[in-house]
Amino acid sequence: MSRADVAPVEAPAGPPTRAHGAFGRLLASELRLVLGRRRNLVLLAGLALVPVLIGTVVLVTQDTAVGAGGPPFLDRVTGNGLFLVLTALVACLPLLLPLVMGIVAGDAVAGEAQAGTLRYLLLVPVPRTRLLVAKALAVLVFAACTVLAIALSGLVTGAAYFGVGDVTLLSGDTVPMAEGLLRTAGIVAYVGLSLTGLGAVGLFFSTLTEVPVAAMAATVVVAVVSGVLDALPQLSAVHGALLTHHWLDVGELLRTQVDLGVLGQGLAVQAAWAAVFGALAWSRFTTADVSS
Amino acid sequence: MRSVPSTTSGAPGHDLAVRTRGLTKRFRSGQVAVDGVDLEVPRGAVYGFLGPNGSGKTTTLRMVLGLVAPTSGTATLLGEPMPGAGPRVLPRVGALVEGPGFHPYLSGRANLERLDAVDATADPRTRERRTAAALDRVGLAPAARKPFRQYSLGMKQRLGLAAALLRPRDLLVLDEPTNGLDPQGTREVRHLLRELADAGTTVLVSSHLLGEVEQVCSHVGVMSRGRLLVQGPPHELAADAETTVVVTTTVACVDGAGRLLADLGLTDVRVEGTVLTARLGLVAPEKISAAMVGAGLDLVGLEVRRPSLESLFVELTGEGFDVAR
Ligand SMILES: Nc1ncnc2c1ncn2[C@@H]1O[C@H](COP(=O)(O)OP(=O)(O)OP(=O)(O)O)[C@@H](O)[C@H]1O
Ligand SMILES: [Mg+2]
Repeated sequence: MSRADVAPVEAPAGPPTRAHGAFGRLLASELRLVLGRRRNLVLLAGLALVPVLIGTVVLVTQDTAVGAGGPPFLDRVTGNGLFLVLTALVACLPLLLPLVMGIVAGDAVAGEAQAGTLRYLLLVPVPRTRLLVAKALAVLVFAACTVLAIALSGLVTGAAYFGVGDVTLLSGDTVPMAEGLLRTAGIVAYVGLSLTGLGAVGLFFSTLTEVPVAAMAATVVVAVVSGVLDALPQLSAVHGALLTHHWLDVGELLRTQVDLGVLGQGLAVQAAWAAVFGALAWSRFTTADVSS
Repeated sequence: MRSVPSTTSGAPGHDLAVRTRGLTKRFRSGQVAVDGVDLEVPRGAVYGFLGPNGSGKTTTLRMVLGLVAPTSGTATLLGEPMPGAGPRVLPRVGALVEGPGFHPYLSGRANLERLDAVDATADPRTRERRTAAALDRVGLAPAARKPFRQYSLGMKQRLGLAAALLRPRDLLVLDEPTNGLDPQGTREVRHLLRELADAGTTVLVSSHLLGEVEQVCSHVGVMSRGRLLVQGPPHELAADAETTVVVTTTVACVDGAGRLLADLGLTDVRVEGTVLTARLGLVAPEKISAAMVGAGLDLVGLEVRRPSLESLFVELTGEGFDVAR
């Protein structure tokens, strides 16, 4: 801190003006923070290991007595490696994907509050609404990264272990590989979009607390409870509105005639959850005292 | 409570860098942490914000900066109402509130670059130069690439100061900036505050180091239990009645000097050898020397003792060690 070698104090030059592309820079900084964080990269790597694990088990046990059975579509993997993508995504849906979403979304605001960085962001100043939107977009991008990590790893592993070829649909019809790839891309997109509702729930919880772990756990609990309620036939009247109810509708993309109505319904439910909890997060975050 | 002798009361709002009116915060716990505070920080002042632990300094600063919504009352920052004017005003304000807050796994430099990147009004082209200058300014350049989590307490504090100095500011709000700093660091912060103030930056600094405050502050305000007890230039806060004068004379003149001081209107005159002490009251000190000389009395020494900030502080806020609530 020698005073000789520092520039003299500059006087502020006039009122500050908003520079061009400010939101883009905020978003880029946010994405760098989320995607550059080692913990999050480890989570992505862990998800990418799931298809490798499943693929290896299937490869080793095929043509043996224990090789049959298992989760949906598993028996098709040996015939066509492309099915490994779907199998791995479905395997991750009940717990792993909600867990990872819970960690990243629950950390979004609460993590900054706990580190004390939230107050300094607001003092920069970053307007609260803009900060929340950037956080939400970063959570969505991370959701896309999770499904892409599983899908790409599944594709590579499946192709290496079992090869890829024409795809046999649920009905037994066969479609060319190009269409099979397109349908797989649709599956990945649907699963990714299915996580948006949970992301919004996590973001809302994240605005409620300065303890990130609490927001993370609460988010995972919502997904798990939703699954439990979905299994109670007494509640069939409300099943359609549950966060997780339509997640497995993704199989629709393997029908000869894909019913876009079914998929649209699932996405509409996600949009509704995202809208409600996004609005709750906004109303909370824009009014809350930042006393962390 | 003493009436607030404030030189700035009645000053038009635009002469004040920070001005609050009846600022009050009642937390959901029911506790009134800040109670009807009328803070007045004149432009160009170095304002020392004092008060025991838990007296409401940080909460007041949070409200002034728009982080916490007041239960009632208003706050204006650089002449504009908060929190509404935040987007316009806050880029001209550097702040350190309740200790530094940075991402532990990012380096000091990366942390500053993030703060600059999210600033809509900052020029990305000068970011590198400004972050380097800010780090240099607080003596952190050698540790710029270390992850924040590996910083020592004082290094963390210095990084917080660097963030406040990322851009030229009109106002700095610093909550205990020398917390955890070594003696050199404390002295540098004092120099820094002087330098910034000389360049026209207003500084609002809360501190428990009364010696430091006494050396740099042009104004002080004292909080206790959520209330602002007094504010103004330190020499005005110490009531004249408490100022003592110490007159040294010769053995032959002691009795005469004692009578003279009493005649001039000084009270509480005490004699110890050839040294007389008395309460100055409203008497001008130069009158004493003139009167002594006029009466042919020897004047060996004359000293005016104003009460220290510490004694003023203790007198205002009490001796008790326990926090208020
Ligand atoms: N979020 C909060 N919820 C409830 N009470 C709070 C909250 N923040 C502060 N307080 C209370 O408000 C009072 C004032 O706290 P504040 O942090 O403003 O004191 P301070 O003057 O900054 O003290 P210190 O010198 O120790 O930093 C304290 O009694 C504290 O317990
Ligand atoms: Mg404090």
